Amino acid sequence: MSQTKTYLSKTIEGMKPSGIRRFFDLAAGMEGVISLGVGEPDFVTPWSVREAAILSLEEGYTSYTANAGLLDLREAIAGYMEKSFQAAYSAEKEIIVTVGASQALDLALRAILDPGDEVIVIEPSFVSYVPLVVLAGGVPVQVQAQKELGFKIQPEQLEKAITGRTKAIMLCSPNNPTGTMLNKRELEHIASIAEKYDLLVLSDEIYAELAYEGEYTSFASINEMRKRTILISGFSKGFAMTGWRLGFVCAPEQISQAMLKIHQYAMMCAPTMAQFAALEALKTGRTDVEEMKKSYRRRRNYFVQSLNEIGLSCHVPGGAFYAFPSVESTGLSSEEFAEKLLLEEKVAVVPGNIFGASGEGHVRCSYATSMEQLQEAVKRIGRFLERSRKA
Amino acid sequence: MKLTDKQIEILEILEKNSARIPVEDIAKMAELSIEETAQALDTLEELKVLVRYSSVIDWSKVDGHEGVTAMIDVKVAPKRGVGFDEVANRIYRFKEVRSVYLMSGAYDLSVIIEGRSMNEVARFVSEKLSTLDSVLSTTTHFILKKYKHDGTIFEQNEDDKRIVVSP
Repeated sequence: MSQTKTYLSKTIEGMKPSGIRRFFDLAAGMEGVISLGVGEPDFVTPWSVREAAILSLEEGYTSYTANAGLLDLREAIAGYMEKSFQAAYSAEKEIIVTVGASQALDLALRAILDPGDEVIVIEPSFVSYVPLVVLAGGVPVQVQAQKELGFKIQPEQLEKAITGRTKAIMLCSPNNPTGTMLNKRELEHIASIAEKYDLLVLSDEIYAELAYEGEYTSFASINEMRKRTILISGFSKGFAMTGWRLGFVCAPEQISQAMLKIHQYAMMCAPTMAQFAALEALKTGRTDVEEMKKSYRRRRNYFVQSLNEIGLSCHVPGGAFYAFPSVESTGLSSEEFAEKLLLEEKVAVVPGNIFGASGEGHVRCSYATSMEQLQEAVKRIGRFLERSRKA
Repeated sequence: MKLTDKQIEILEILEKNSARIPVEDIAKMAELSIEETAQALDTLEELKVLVRYSSVIDWSKVDGHEGVTAMIDVKVAPKRGVGFDEVANRIYRFKEVRSVYLMSGAYDLSVIIEGRSMNEVARFVSEKLSTLDSVLSTTTHFILKKYKHDGTIFEQNEDDKRIVVSP
């Protein structure tokens, strides 16, 4: 019998669907699940921001904006990046408003990669990095951050992975899924490697607003790094605006203009009402962000300490809203642990191995859920561990 | 009164969570030991900063306990030497009175009364409140529906609208 013909590209056929999908399907059909599997804030977007979007609709702002986004918004982003992160960019030439930070990642990779160019991806990493590199024609080179070092990548590891084809390093601090945040000194080590080997750094700073330990440092603010940095951020996490799909990318003019070319053909512009919402978020949302950050921090303190008490060893994450405890003491793999916990105790977590090889033996728990739910989740996980110890 | 950052942290945690939150959990959230937390709570109670651990109850849902609430604007003649305090004191002692505030603007005291029926509130106003010597006039507004009370929205769809697992 002849094989059924597919019309798909070889790249897509060779691509695995996200491992998160299977867990979603498993959990979605169940009642009474406490989900620690959600990679987004539990807050609804602040009302003042929602109201600004409604107003923009009422006033009839329903047409396209400039490709790079509303100039007012880009100016507000420029002011925000300079004031909060010491990263100065020109609103006219160096900032593009995108459809989420995800599109910004895609733009950046497509703008810089030729077929066969290598990009270093530090794992455990956000699930999209590797596929997006492949889609852009690049070759992802994964390096594994080690749990013994709190999932902080070591400069020697990066250096070993560099070849003549290496074009860029992808960085995410605070990190999804580990919550690990790199301090200024650690970023400077990476900077010196970028300098030495003449590499670009794609710095995914989407969790920058949610940094709990010490000062947050933007990679672009490090000496001499602005010219090598493609800074990716957005409103989803800090401002609780995931569903609006609004991000932005800042990069030196040459790279920005290249990204803008792709953006204008492939996307035209980010949704107009979401841009108005983002503008309001930057104008008046600061106090909301501070309040939400305080709330995440308290829940992190409670949850991480509780996990350690019931026997899941967990480093204290410096940022984001994820705890990444080890489940090795149970003798189960990440997937087995996550699946059994879901079926037996109805707590959904995400197995660490889907974020890369070094994530195996861990699970990602989002603590962006109510205190009541966290308290109940701790009880259930504790019960589960009791049982698995006896078994 | 100057409080420490940790004392303020504890107050904020109490304000934003259920009053039934265990001391151990507060301790973890504020990164303190249980003893330190318990001690801070004692201190805050002694200082009367932490006045009461209260619950927000929507009585309108409970048959036979719906009750009525009225906000009454009261104009008073302040007395020499004691100002508004004495008359406020005479008013807030009544158990029907839930709150008394001294206001700027068109009237002086805002008095919130809870009663079982409109009749009961009306009787209180005409017999107790307006007969006080210093009370010049009263304007009574009955509350028809409570949408939000002390920071809590009563009828809100609190469902988590997020998908169960996302990257």
